Amino acid sequence: MSKFNFKKNKPTPEVSTASLPDIVFMLLFFFMTVTVMKDDSLKVSNDLPNASEIKKLEKKDRLITVYIGTPSERFQGSLGTEPRIQIDDKFIAIENFGAAILEKIEAKPAQIQSFVTVSLKVDKTASMGLITDVKKELRKINALKINYTTFEGDSFNNLSN
Amino acid sequence: MGRRAGAPEVNAGSMADIAFLLLIFFLVTTTIETDAGLDRMLPPIEPPETDVIIKQKNIFQVSINKNGQLLADDELTDLKDLRQKAVDFLDNNGDGTCTYCKGKKNPESSDNPTKAIISLKNDRETKYSTYITVQNELVGAYNELRNREAKRLYNRTFVNLEEEYLSPESKEKLDEDALDELKAKVKRIQDLFPQKLSEAETSSSN
Repeated sequence: MSKFNFKKNKPTPEVSTASLPDIVFMLLFFFMTVTVMKDDSLKVSNDLPNASEIKKLEKKDRLITVYIGTPSERFQGSLGTEPRIQIDDKFIAIENFGAAILEKIEAKPAQIQSFVTVSLKVDKTASMGLITDVKKELRKINALKINYTTFEGDSFNNLSN
Repeated sequence: MGRRAGAPEVNAGSMADIAFLLLIFFLVTTTIETDAGLDRMLPPIEPPETDVIIKQKNIFQVSINKNGQLLADDELTDLKDLRQKAVDFLDNNGDGTCTYCKGKKNPESSDNPTKAIISLKNDRETKYSTYITVQNELVGAYNELRNREAKRLYNRTFVNLEEEYLSPESKEKLDEDALDELKAKVKRIQDLFPQKLSEAETSSSN
């Protein structure tokens, strides 16, 4: 009986926060390793379609990303609402597209230049016209490996919008 | 006397705050992205030197109009039926030379999988989402047949096989012989049903 009583007088011990930095650092390192830096800020709307038969893009150094979509609201005043091409942080006209891609390929190390894949991140709502032109330009400069980048999901969800 | 007690300890209480600040910075500036998508090869711009004559029955023509309607082999087709139609076409085995095919041997359809070509045409005003759905279904048809053969030969799906072959982890885990074996398996299945998906240039005239 007395065994339980004498504890009552003592104040509850504080929870030690000494290991909190360790926990937070662990989280920090986790996020540092699994994530990649955002390299371009989007200037076009970019809601990718869904597809189920997809392959992962493993080798990031061989990738050139091309965004296609309607310019976001703050650019619509000057550019209108027709789909545009964005490479890095710039809008590229279709006439200069081939040259811009060639420039990007040239910037890569010589041994991987022939394995470059162009990843097309195209907004769902875009029409095929511009994409056909893009494909034609890519064929002209002999960059034939392309990837229609999509989200994983049921492709029939694309049709209901 | 006081000096003997050693250097005073540094207060580490703010360490957590510093770490949190870093953590939040990384959370905001980074994205977890594993990009994935449909791989395609574009045809080279130079026309092939020798004109290959392809029999009409070996071509499965898929056209998408600007309203998203689908014409597969001159029939108005629902998107949901496209995959099965493509599978039937590829697996048809019209000339009976394909020993692993299970098709109907319809003489009006493709001779064998190595000759069968799927041609995809679209209008300039076709929506991209529709186009991707069609692409997805056609790749799905190939994968379905390849999976079937991979299951029969190696007791696992082709998608699974290819994923292991392409992933960077397996390059580290496996030795050269195992990797070569894996490559040979993938190649063999691909050769059974070679992916011949032609993306013809868009023509507004037809």
